[in-house]
Amino acid sequence: MIDIKTITRIALRAIKANKMRSSLTSLGIIIGVAAVIVMLAIGHGAQVSIQEDMKTMGSNLMIVRSGSSTSGGARGGRGSLPTMKAADGDAIQEKIAKIKLAAPVLEQVNQIIYGNANWATSTTGTDNRYFQIKDWSLDYGRNFSESDIKNAAKVTVLGQTVVTELFGDVDPFGKTVRIKGMPFTVIGVLQKRGENGMGMDQDDAVFIPITTAQKKIIGITFPDQVNMIMLQAVDGDATYTAQEDISQLLRQRHNLGINKENDFVIMNLTQMQEMMESSTQILTVLLGSIASISLLVGGIGIMNIMLVSVTERTREIGIRMAIGAKSWDIRWQFLMEAIVLSLIGGLVGIITGLIGVEIMKMFTTFTLIIAWPYVIIPFIFSGLVGILFGFYPAYKASLLNPINALRYE
Amino acid sequence: MSLIKLENIKKSYPLGDGELEILKGISLEINQGEFVAIMGPSGSGKSTLMNILGCLDQPTSGKYFLNGKEIGKLNSDELATIRNQKIGFVFQGFNLLSRTSAIENVELPMIYAGIGEAERHKKAINALKAVGLEQRMDHQPNQLSGGQQQRVAIARALVTEAPIIFADEPTGNLDTKTSVEVMELFTRFNKELGRTIILVTHEEDIAMYADRIIKVIDGEIKSDKRKQK
Ligand SMILES: Nc1ncnc2c1ncn2[C@@H]1O[C@H](COP(=O)(O)OP(=O)(O)O)[C@@H](O)[C@H]1O
Ligand SMILES: [Mg+2]
Repeated sequence: MIDIKTITRIALRAIKANKMRSSLTSLGIIIGVAAVIVMLAIGHGAQVSIQEDMKTMGSNLMIVRSGSSTSGGARGGRGSLPTMKAADGDAIQEKIAKIKLAAPVLEQVNQIIYGNANWATSTTGTDNRYFQIKDWSLDYGRNFSESDIKNAAKVTVLGQTVVTELFGDVDPFGKTVRIKGMPFTVIGVLQKRGENGMGMDQDDAVFIPITTAQKKIIGITFPDQVNMIMLQAVDGDATYTAQEDISQLLRQRHNLGINKENDFVIMNLTQMQEMMESSTQILTVLLGSIASISLLVGGIGIMNIMLVSVTERTREIGIRMAIGAKSWDIRWQFLMEAIVLSLIGGLVGIITGLIGVEIMKMFTTFTLIIAWPYVIIPFIFSGLVGILFGFYPAYKASLLNPINALRYE
Repeated sequence: MSLIKLENIKKSYPLGDGELEILKGISLEINQGEFVAIMGPSGSGKSTLMNILGCLDQPTSGKYFLNGKEIGKLNSDELATIRNQKIGFVFQGFNLLSRTSAIENVELPMIYAGIGEAERHKKAINALKAVGLEQRMDHQPNQLSGGQQQRVAIARALVTEAPIIFADEPTGNLDTKTSVEVMELFTRFNKELGRTIILVTHEEDIAMYADRIIKVIDGEIKSDKRKQK
């Protein structure tokens, strides 16, 4: 049998002998591989950026808010009947081991004024546990002290968007802003966070002590009222398994009889994150598969040309057989030619794909991320396409009878 | 034991509803070291016979023994091995690979014999020297004259040290002067290297180089004469 070096050289010579045809044949593979690379970069980019956005929302996150779990006709919308108290959150944190932290949240959109500038943003009453859950550090200044909470102090911590909108280049630290006409001292500024997984600007918010929100800013209908409690579970599993415990504890605290429905809803954000992540994963697979179809079409192009080539080179095959080529030698030769064509196409396709990704980055707002496995896989795939579609022409060539092949005009 | 032994070889091709019989029962023996010319008019079946002898084609009936081995019992890969190791071909139309240098053409049978690159190269150069073409090693067939191309083909037939060389009208496309050169090469290889040479021709003066002349007319052997020494 022929050695691989010689057979590769024979294949390369045949490819070079017909440069124009070879390049056109490879074009299908080039486009296919490039398309797969670009598509996977888009899919992977979406996956990574959503993952990163999700991370900024906090991990192992759950939310408990007022409202009924069923969305029946006559019943009011979610949260229409406020039932949750900040104390509910404290109880959950204290009594349920699977819950690490519980932060009360009472929020309202208000106009914030500084000097002549004003800006409508969400005023969130909470305490420091909120920043802990979100793993959100201060850019400078301080967060709420115990006495701020106890005395319902008029202090505020600002998000970056609010700082930009109200202060421009001015240092906001120690300045006074007005919320609902009341003066608040800026004690700190948070680091920039960007959008959350739902596309909301997390930096467009101001934070005040929960007690201040309850007593001075937001009108509440019963003492200690909140919109929701934000919970952080000890791990991902706990976000599922703690739900029953939370539910029981709250039913007891809210004095719900056996026939009464829950007056609160527990939402598992971790589950939502997982769903979003798996859907972007599906997106990546989908984009990759669609692009792979063009690779297959490229492979069919190779098969076509190889079939033509086998017919054209019948005499060559006859000569080779006459001087001792076995059927396997002939098969190997044409198979190798198809493989080399595909791999050359694959290599050029990688380069084209990488350039394509850079161009897409320049002209679109997509996040494209190149992951090396997503470059190597299409290349290997192109080799497989060569084997798959090169086999039939090679097999056909090897079946020729030497005397007929030699006489072929 | 003779090198080649044919027993009542027949070959026919389908024609319309019936068959056209080209070889009508050929029996002959050829010994190691002979220089044989097969003569006959065009269409008499010389090439058909030659292709069967060269294991390129199979007879419709009859038995063919090469070195005592019955060829009809071999599969296509075994036949390829025999063509590679026992037989060298020289065709009327040269049958060199185009766009391939002379030396690479000569190396070709050794590639299929699994001979290493260095040895292949050395032997090919020697074979080209033997036909006087060492200066033209890197020329491709379209850069060579007919006579030179045929000499490359002869070098290719020679290089594997196959004991038998089949030549089908090797001078058919050559002028008289180069024909003589080619025939002198065959004679030399027969006399000096002991190669068995079986030559097909319809030209009397070419056949005269051989020691034995077999005349085929209409698919049958009409005469089989050895030259008187
Ligand atoms: N594949 C074939 N099918 C049908 N007839 C053939 C085939 N090959 C050869 N023949 C016929 O066989 C006859 C002998 O051909 P050939 O052996 O080439 O003669 P020669 O070499 O003596 O000129 C010719 O009449 C030719 O037409
Ligand atoms: Mg003939």
